[in-house]
Amino acid sequence: MTDLLKKSAAELAELLAEGSVTSVALTQACLDRISEVDTGDNGVHAFLHVDAEGAIAAAAASDARRAKGELLSPLDGVPIAVKDVLTTIGQPTTCGSKILEGWVPPYDATVVARLKAAGLPILGKTNMDEFAMGSSTEHSAYGPTRNPWALDRIPGGSGGGSAAAVAAFEAPLAIGTDTGGSIRQPGAVTGTVGVKPTYGAISRYGLVAMANSLDQVGPVTRTVLDSALLQELIGGHDPLDSTSISEPIPSVVDAARLGASGDLTGVKVGVIQELTTGEGWQPGVMARFDESLELLRDAGAEIVEVSCPSFEHALAAYYLIMPCEASSNLAKFDAMRYGLRVTPDGDPSAEEVMRASRDAGFGDEVKRRIILGTYALSSGYYDAYYGQAQKVRTLIQRDFAAAFEQADVLVSPTAPTTAWKLGEKLDDPLAMYKGDLATIPSNLAGVPGISVPAGLADEDGLPVGFQVLAPAKADDRVYRVGAALETLLEKKWGGPLLDKAPVLEGVAR
Amino acid sequence: MTTLVPFDKALAAYDPAMGLEVHVELNTNSKMFCGCPTEFGAEPNTQVCPTCLGLPGALPVVNHKAVESAIRIGLALNCEIAEWCRFARKNYFYPDMPKNFQTSQYDEPIAFEGYMDVEVEGETFRVEIERAHMEEDTGKSLHVGGATGRIHGADYSLVDYNRAGIPLIEIVTKPIIGAGEKAPLVAKAYVAQLRDLIVALGVSDARMDQGSIRADVNLSLAPKGSDKLGTRSETKNVNSLRSVERAVRFEVSRHAGILNEGGKVVQETRHFHEDTGETTSGREKSDAEDYRYFPEPDLVPVAPSREWVEELRGTLPENPTAKKTRLQVEYGFTDLEMRDVWAAGALPLIEATVGEGVAPQSARKWWVAELLRRANDAGVELAEVGVTPAQVAAVQKLVDAKTINDKLARQVFDGLIADEGTPEEIIEKRGLALVSDDGPLIAAIDDALAAQPDLVEKIKGGNMGAIGAIMGAVMKATRGQADAGRARELILEKLGLS
Repeated sequence: MTDLLKKSAAELAELLAEGSVTSVALTQACLDRISEVDTGDNGVHAFLHVDAEGAIAAAAASDARRAKGELLSPLDGVPIAVKDVLTTIGQPTTCGSKILEGWVPPYDATVVARLKAAGLPILGKTNMDEFAMGSSTEHSAYGPTRNPWALDRIPGGSGGGSAAAVAAFEAPLAIGTDTGGSIRQPGAVTGTVGVKPTYGAISRYGLVAMANSLDQVGPVTRTVLDSALLQELIGGHDPLDSTSISEPIPSVVDAARLGASGDLTGVKVGVIQELTTGEGWQPGVMARFDESLELLRDAGAEIVEVSCPSFEHALAAYYLIMPCEASSNLAKFDAMRYGLRVTPDGDPSAEEVMRASRDAGFGDEVKRRIILGTYALSSGYYDAYYGQAQKVRTLIQRDFAAAFEQADVLVSPTAPTTAWKLGEKLDDPLAMYKGDLATIPSNLAGVPGISVPAGLADEDGLPVGFQVLAPAKADDRVYRVGAALETLLEKKWGGPLLDKAPVLEGVAR
Repeated sequence: MTTLVPFDKALAAYDPAMGLEVHVELNTNSKMFCGCPTEFGAEPNTQVCPTCLGLPGALPVVNHKAVESAIRIGLALNCEIAEWCRFARKNYFYPDMPKNFQTSQYDEPIAFEGYMDVEVEGETFRVEIERAHMEEDTGKSLHVGGATGRIHGADYSLVDYNRAGIPLIEIVTKPIIGAGEKAPLVAKAYVAQLRDLIVALGVSDARMDQGSIRADVNLSLAPKGSDKLGTRSETKNVNSLRSVERAVRFEVSRHAGILNEGGKVVQETRHFHEDTGETTSGREKSDAEDYRYFPEPDLVPVAPSREWVEELRGTLPENPTAKKTRLQVEYGFTDLEMRDVWAAGALPLIEATVGEGVAPQSARKWWVAELLRRANDAGVELAEVGVTPAQVAAVQKLVDAKTINDKLARQVFDGLIADEGTPEEIIEKRGLALVSDDGPLIAAIDDALAAQPDLVEKIKGGNMGAIGAIMGAVMKATRGQADAGRARELILEKLGLS
């Protein structure tokens, strides 16, 4: 692996600017790395589709622009990977599902269009749990992604592909989506940075919905500054998304640079009691969390305890709201217009074709959630399930509002455990769901959150994530505190956490 | 098969209750949730985009103009306008519905609690409006092969999504009770007046024949004097005013037949057949049909400001009842004339014709005396007879210019209904112009005078009534195209009497 691949996107942008590397060379290096580590039975399998030709062409166009001094953005020429849940003209979009196998969208998601307009070569589409339903990427119909830290372990989910691609140095940047933690939890278990921005801060147009009121696109990177640069590039109002925020939010790049000074004087950090005490938290996770907290205190932050009593109902509310919305969203996959079509023998009706296609095209976890959601929305059950869940959502929003009266940001571990072994929780959906305990409340409230690498757990040597949450539209705060923690930890470690990851050379052979 | 009970007999035993659901397709330039055009009759699947095709990832954006139209309709129906309301998903599977849910409104309609006063045979009925809500239309299925044209038994089906996503306003009445034997007329008058209102608001093409106004007729019977509503049937997509009336009549007879035999009316959707005037069973509505409504998470709530609502109230057209009174005075119609005009649905047509410069009585004469008969013969509404107010005005102008007379004008209308071209083209093609050239007239007069010397003597002897007989012969010779005034002058001239 060349040292080039270890650089952050911000550093790569500087190298491109100096002329010490071209976008074509950089993009080719990424493609080579993908060939080296991603394919084969033991490969990372972060990618479902690699668009070498398109990426190189975009890189050549970037180099040509640079020669003329006409750059489209600060990241012009820096390659990126995109989660396979965002539509891309000319590249398949499967959402990790058989039902969309081979479907090539006729339109670009707004985020994809903005990446193209900013001159970033798109390397390909990354693996994910089918329709983003899962915490391990094992529910992908195209096989799991492996954790670059330990190839027999899960990379988190649903965006395990994007996190693993970045962690394995296959791409400096990636796009993820986060409905209940699908950016942050993979970030935590792969030792990378993941941000779920404020709901509405980044357009959802072209994001194939799981749960519309919870889904959010966000950056997946190796550094906090890279995430900030990426969010500024893809964020902002989109007239095609009615739920996108029209007013600007404070600069997250400025906040990340400010945080990198390592000074947090005057910042109040609230520790969420419900997400740091009780059972289910792996000791190594808590040890790294407590150390990180001490570093923040040393940097001048004031640490306070806050309580969010309604959080204990968050998981239950989430597993009603999400399947309700998903059951309706996934109704469109009926074999009538696109995607898989299974025609039963005889002279089947349209309804029978729909049934056979959906039966063959959807995996078990998807069917489980469609059935749950359909049931919960049924006449006579609506108030007891969907209605109650919405009330819990309101209570959680109130808990956040009260907590942010006492603190500027709230913190917790990102996930209760480190990466588990592939297959370990496949037969126990509830155990899997509990992995999202700490990330789900912010989706229900629409507030921003970041996961920053906090070190390795003593018992298994695997990465742990530290989560920072802020009020809606105050994304700058998570970047400031996240960047500060990153600086302090890297100073302590003598370099980035990923320096300790296995090199992975030749795993694909 | 149930025996139908004659309408009058049915109403001697039962009280009908009706509910009318009218879908109005708005005439906005773009669809409800995307920028696609809404033109009628375009090539299939040419007015579509990721959003109205329901492609994965696409999102809806509310058409502001459609909200405006919905509010204006609500205000014109004396409704309250919601300060805050949401869209909801109505979930069910059907191939012409791209997302397999329809984005509609459920328990938070944009407009609610209104009324419309309708007049039937001089009597006013207040039809209470429960709600008017916004939704999107579905695509259109075409079932090819099979006997019925329905999906069952078809060889294959084609779907056109051009209509998918076109904005609809659904206007739902409260149960209309107490109309008794006038129920069919009240239903018809309600839909007719609603259509006129929609036309006056300018928010829809309001063409029932093109489906831009579609009525669902719900009907139930209860034994006379009972205060409970019976089980209802829902007759879908009744596509003309006349059909609304006939559907109510038929369902009254059918329900009464079932009830008289001690049977139970099944709650179901029914299809109305224009040719037979009957309804047949569609699908049964059971408890299993559950639309699983929930608020549409891709859209933010619609919260029209009170200032905007009041501004829109200021754009409403004149109240139809007030307008009717005003026009009667302006046009000098007698009460009887006005009743006929109203019953024929001719007032807006007369108004438009007068607007083209025609005298009110002439306009009334053409619409109510002449064209109504043709509409009745063809079994269509007057507005759908195939002649526009502008064409009536053009014909009247030709009469005024003596190019044709009233009798020839009737043939021009024949030509217009047969789509033979403009009135001038029809006159040309059919050879209808009045003969006012002296040449052919003099020839005809000479022949007539020569053929009947005895009449000539009578006229010369002062019996001017005998001129009529000569005129008759001249008219016959010119196939009715003689300019009667000029012919008379020429006859008198010939006889040295002028």
